[in-house]
Amino acid sequence: MAEVRRVDINDAMPDTRVNLCGITLDNPVIPASGTFGFGYEFAELYDINCLGTFSFKGTTLDPRFGNDTPRIAECPAGMLNSVGLQNPGVNDVIREELPKLAQVFHKPVMANVSGFSADEYAEVVKRLDRSSVSDMIGWYEINISCPNVHGGGMSFGTDPHMAASVVKAVRWMTDKPLIIKLSPNVTDITEIAKACETEGADGVSLINTLMGMRIDLRTKRPVLANVTGGLSGPAVFPVALRMVYQTAKAVKIPVIGMGGVSSADDVLEMMMAGAAAVEVGAANLTDPYASRDIVRDLPAAMKKYGIKRLSGSADQAKNL
Amino acid sequence: MKQGLFTISENRQLTPSTWLMKLDGDVSGITAPGQFINIKLDGHFLRRPISVCNVEEGSVTIIYKVLGKGTDEMTRFETGKELDVLTGLGNGYDLSEAGDTPLLIGGGVGIPPLYLTARCFRNHPTVILGFNSADEVYYVKEFRRAGAKVIVATADGSSGISGTVIDAFKVLLGRGETFTHFYTCGPGPMLKAVYDEVYEKAGISGQMSFEERMGCGFGACMGCSMKTKYGNKRICKDGPVFRTEEILWQK
Repeated sequence: MAEVRRVDINDAMPDTRVNLCGITLDNPVIPASGTFGFGYEFAELYDINCLGTFSFKGTTLDPRFGNDTPRIAECPAGMLNSVGLQNPGVNDVIREELPKLAQVFHKPVMANVSGFSADEYAEVVKRLDRSSVSDMIGWYEINISCPNVHGGGMSFGTDPHMAASVVKAVRWMTDKPLIIKLSPNVTDITEIAKACETEGADGVSLINTLMGMRIDLRTKRPVLANVTGGLSGPAVFPVALRMVYQTAKAVKIPVIGMGGVSSADDVLEMMMAGAAAVEVGAANLTDPYASRDIVRDLPAAMKKYGIKRLSGSADQAKNL
Repeated sequence: MKQGLFTISENRQLTPSTWLMKLDGDVSGITAPGQFINIKLDGHFLRRPISVCNVEEGSVTIIYKVLGKGTDEMTRFETGKELDVLTGLGNGYDLSEAGDTPLLIGGGVGIPPLYLTARCFRNHPTVILGFNSADEVYYVKEFRRAGAKVIVATADGSSGISGTVIDAFKVLLGRGETFTHFYTCGPGPMLKAVYDEVYEKAGISGQMSFEERMGCGFGACMGCSMKTKYGNKRICKDGPVFRTEEILWQK
């Protein structure tokens, strides 16, 4: 007689899959732009296909060196950076970086785009979207929140009308999902998120870094050559969580939560606050295996808290 | 690059502000002199990048200067403590260019990476070591034991030649010595002086190791970038060693 095995439903592997703007991710873990380069540096360390996806280094129309150094200052439970969008420019990204990435990453990637005018954002998206590597791109993440550049970046993310103008310009250029990366350096982030939603954004991601500053007591000068920079790391996690919670209640489009996420527990907390997926930033810089470890730890953390699946958790957050 | 757990087997003071730490663990990630390691410290967000002074079977030695809270705490670490360390970071020095009479020039806390470099040479390289004063002098004996011809210079004249590493270099030139290539590491102003005097004036090509505040230490964050004649480079990943021919002085 065949043995009948009783399957305990509670022992089943938790389902880590989530849907992000129509694309299914194996898990919600996404290394954030600016902390993961174009992926291949990390691919030397582990198989980056274990990730949900990742957001590549913020790309502008022209190559940029960024700000003077020092660009990094340590803080309690975090760090300031004032890199200032160093990148090789969109043409080199298309010609060199993405073909290199294609060797090691076989999932749709998130293309992070930055600019100094609505037209520049649109032009960068247009070139990527019409390039030979456009099939690699799953989503565009439009960074209207870089605090380290003048005359662009964050100035678009702190005014709902300017944010709307960028979304409008970019929306024409692609049918792929547009995710707008928002700044926390505002009075009411939900206003900006709603303006983006109205103009046809498919999602928002938040938070970019919080503006901060450090002074070196020995030199009596700011640590950063740029004087101010953006704070990231565990220090910002509660602020990010609060803003994700507020934004998820205010808009119908998916919200990607980020800001100080450094463990599987943090991922679950972000998702309970309303995030559809979660980006991991500064943690990648202190531990190159951080994102891989979060992916690995996620099923056990879900079991620990009695969570069977992650999809739909954003809807439940609205009842908090 | 490799990540591993290392056990402190030695942690002792060399000078009022300089300490030596020996860490036991898997050193297979370290492939060249001039590379650095990045140490995770409890209670500090960023790792501490410190150059490799020596590598032996199953251990790496670093010499660190107490500059802030992190390095101050390190002085109180006891043997047996485990540390999470990334090893084999950076490009390191290319020894194939040395020629018959290489010259090594180190200043202050920039001296340690030159020790492993000197050990790699069998032909008694000349080493100039610069310090502020006699009480800051360290590792001279170790360099001599490694077969190097050592010239010490102190800014206040309290030990060796009175003056800078450049003054010492000029003394060597005055004695009619010639050099095929140089390797250097030290504070920014010293590097600039070495570039001006040894490369531009004396016409000797070399390799210079740079320092910058780092985020990750392995090329991901673009925190420690530098402009060169051949484009933007990351000090932590493409460097910290750059050839005199590619360096653009910005500041």
